[in-house]
Amino acid sequence: MGDTTLDNFGGPTPKNNTKAYELAKGQREISIAEFFEKNRHLLGFDNKRKALMTTIKEAVDNSLDACEEANILPEIHVQIIEMGTDKFRIIVEDNGPGIVKKQIPKIFAKLLYGSKFHKLKMQRGQQGIGISAAVMYGQLTTGKPARIISKIHPDEPAHYYELKIDTATNKPDIIREGVKEWSKDHGTKIELDLEASYNKGSQSVDEYIRETAIINPHVTLIYTPPKGDQIMLVRATEKKPKQAQEIKPHPYGVELGMLIKMIQNTHAKSIKSFLKDDFSRVGDKSAEEILENSKLLSKMKPKNVTREHAEQLMEGIKKTKLMMPPTDCIVPLGEEMIEKGLKKEVNAEFYTSVSRPPSVYRGNPFAIEVSIAYGGDQPGDKQINVMRFANRVPLLYQQGACATNQAVIETNWKNYGIQQTGKNFPVGPVTVVIHIASVWVPFTSEAKEAIAHYPEIIKEMKLAIQEAGRNLSKYVNKKKKVKDELKKRAYIETYIPHIAEAIKEIVGISVADEELIKKNLSELLEQARGKVDKLNFDPTKNEDYDEELAKIGREEAKEELEEELSKE
Amino acid sequence: MTDTLKKIQGTATKIFNNIKKKEKAEIESPIRSLNNVIYNKKDGFFELKGLMKKRALTANTVKTFAQTLKLMALSKDLIESKDIATKREAYYVSKNWGEARFKEQPESDAVMDDVEAMFRTNRERLGFIADEHGGSVAGEIIVVDKDATTGNEINIDCTKFGSGSYSIPSDIENIKFKTKAKFILAIETQGMFERLNKHQYWRKANCIIVSMSGVPSRACRRFIRRMTDEAKIPVYVFCDGDPYGMMNIYRTLKVGSGNAAHINKYFCVPNAKFIGITPEDINQYQLPTHPLKEVDIKRAKDALKNDPFVKDHKEWQKALKEMIKMKVRAEQQALAKHGLNFVISNYLPEKMKNAKSWLP
Repeated sequence: MGDTTLDNFGGPTPKNNTKAYELAKGQREISIAEFFEKNRHLLGFDNKRKALMTTIKEAVDNSLDACEEANILPEIHVQIIEMGTDKFRIIVEDNGPGIVKKQIPKIFAKLLYGSKFHKLKMQRGQQGIGISAAVMYGQLTTGKPARIISKIHPDEPAHYYELKIDTATNKPDIIREGVKEWSKDHGTKIELDLEASYNKGSQSVDEYIRETAIINPHVTLIYTPPKGDQIMLVRATEKKPKQAQEIKPHPYGVELGMLIKMIQNTHAKSIKSFLKDDFSRVGDKSAEEILENSKLLSKMKPKNVTREHAEQLMEGIKKTKLMMPPTDCIVPLGEEMIEKGLKKEVNAEFYTSVSRPPSVYRGNPFAIEVSIAYGGDQPGDKQINVMRFANRVPLLYQQGACATNQAVIETNWKNYGIQQTGKNFPVGPVTVVIHIASVWVPFTSEAKEAIAHYPEIIKEMKLAIQEAGRNLSKYVNKKKKVKDELKKRAYIETYIPHIAEAIKEIVGISVADEELIKKNLSELLEQARGKVDKLNFDPTKNEDYDEELAKIGREEAKEELEEELSKE
Repeated sequence: MTDTLKKIQGTATKIFNNIKKKEKAEIESPIRSLNNVIYNKKDGFFELKGLMKKRALTANTVKTFAQTLKLMALSKDLIESKDIATKREAYYVSKNWGEARFKEQPESDAVMDDVEAMFRTNRERLGFIADEHGGSVAGEIIVVDKDATTGNEINIDCTKFGSGSYSIPSDIENIKFKTKAKFILAIETQGMFERLNKHQYWRKANCIIVSMSGVPSRACRRFIRRMTDEAKIPVYVFCDGDPYGMMNIYRTLKVGSGNAAHINKYFCVPNAKFIGITPEDINQYQLPTHPLKEVDIKRAKDALKNDPFVKDHKEWQKALKEMIKMKVRAEQQALAKHGLNFVISNYLPEKMKNAKSWLP
């Protein structure tokens, strides 16, 4: 076996290979538009309904990330206007920091451009595909450009762009640009036309808006759906989440391609200083150790590193024991916040939340948070409701393929007084919120719909559910005890009159004595049992409960369903 | 006022006073089980040992407590109006008691047994009677009863029922007898009784035959007891050769049961003798057998270990041990192997002659 890596495949083409020439005629560069067309499901544009959700989600995610980076309390307007059959216009406007003029076209009209891909930081967007993919989708389905206004300071003008993506070159195609009057101090507004369909239900824009408000209690959302009234979801707290820290990648987390890219881009003069400077948790000693294990010289210049060397380096990293990455770069919501959000949505009798200490999968720090709401308004005969969030973004699709699902069904809910048959989804009046915060959330696809099944992540999720479950079981057991006690008292109460009556029949006592007997018996039998805790559900007790929010998309969905049923 | 009525009112008054003074109220009755009986050798029956159970009025007992008092009230009504109610009727009366009603008859039967034991009386004195058939009688006896309307005496000749028989009533305390029979033969199964009746065995043997149809009812036991007391004639018991026939049927007839030990004194038949089928008979008559069932073996072992009557009789210990060893049982009908009427022509006459073949 020779060293036949991909790198050795260059070199002159043998002249006699005419077949290859023939094939070459059919080979051409695939345009980015074609690529998009063929892979739209990977990006969350598989159907009209999902396209609307994905577009809004990408725009809102960007706005929230921008506000957070600029330390601004976000206020975001989302509007959906029906333009005709399956044609919609969406408008998303934020009060974020705005975008400098020359960056606007690239950010909105060039795929894979953005600040996020090269960063390891806990934030919503990760790859810089999202919003430009939405622009591309709008352009492909309606032929219309995206309209963007952005302003960075009250003294600066607002810049206006109409943008398309040049599908052959993946470069912004500026249709129109100019300056506009905009009353806002700063912010960005995007207007997009696209082919879509608007629905209610569990995977709708409404659901996304609602869950976004739940998981981001510091955000005000003003939402105008195509039908019905504008809904204003006012922030529940002025407290901004702590700024997430950017960290350097940990050697355990890099893959070969990424490592090669990093070596190409490094400013370090030697491979050793590359390891020390560009990674976290690599010091002098551990860098030496990695290089020794890789059989590479520490003075080697990064520009001389070949693919084989990089592979050696990967092996060396694997063999070297390194400290886990720092985890202070993770900013969980905190038990209080995650619970506050859940209280807004679900009017329950009991809430419990668990925020696990950060942990690490493949060199990437992450933290799991779980909140459980029990009882109250929730139906007891349906599967429990699971709300999934990754870096504060609601996940609405692909629940079955998500790591959260595995964590939920592999937990023994019977221990907590919740019905479950085997490893099925539990049944009961329960809502579970599962949040993963990480510098790099591993999704199963670019559409960012389901969390990948890393054992470390599932383990943490299970631990969090178990911890919350134990709190839940305390409440459920107490409730059961109180229920039994009340039942017993009702039982006693039932038979006291019969005792009094029988005595009256046999002995012939007076009515007054009969009443006295009843009173005394009640004292002897019931009051001797002590006080009963009141655990009845009080729907007004939860002050955080936001009926408006809880209703979004729900009632009409029910009506639609009923209409459908009545037609059958 | 009858004694029973006084006892009912006394108990209820005591409970009333307790509650009035906010004191603990309780009902006391003897424990009804084999653990609480001793075998009274002299008089030949199971007697209460004296273990009592106290049912204090608590959250857990409140329902039974109410039901007990309600049943006592019903009994008071029955006694005062000189009426009777069968156990089943009493159960139906309870359906008027709202939440205190009995769901199934076994519940009301158990409470009735408790009340009975509490007052050391029999249910008839409380105004309650059994539902079940009291047993059948045929043969050389005249039962003297009263016409319910006229009050005139009626003589019932038990030889004059043809292929039928006299049916033992529930309350037999006021019945009288005239008989010259030599003995009473109590038979486990109705089938065997019918065979003996059809062939008028009682005429040949000058006896009275009684069908118990399984475990004898109280009326049946009391009837046999009164016949043997008054006519001074022996009682022979003819059962299946299995632990059920020996223990549940014969032993109950002879010395009474643990469950109703407070009344055994009046309902036992101490001079009864077990004439078959014995384990020895199975061998001697080469009877066809069935294997002993799990429950049979358990019953026999249980009797050897716990039954005061068996503990007092070596012969019974020997018989039960022999049966466990043989691992088989034989029914009365098995005698038909030697001809349908072998039981009349051979088995019974031979057994009667040979007292050594009996069990005490």
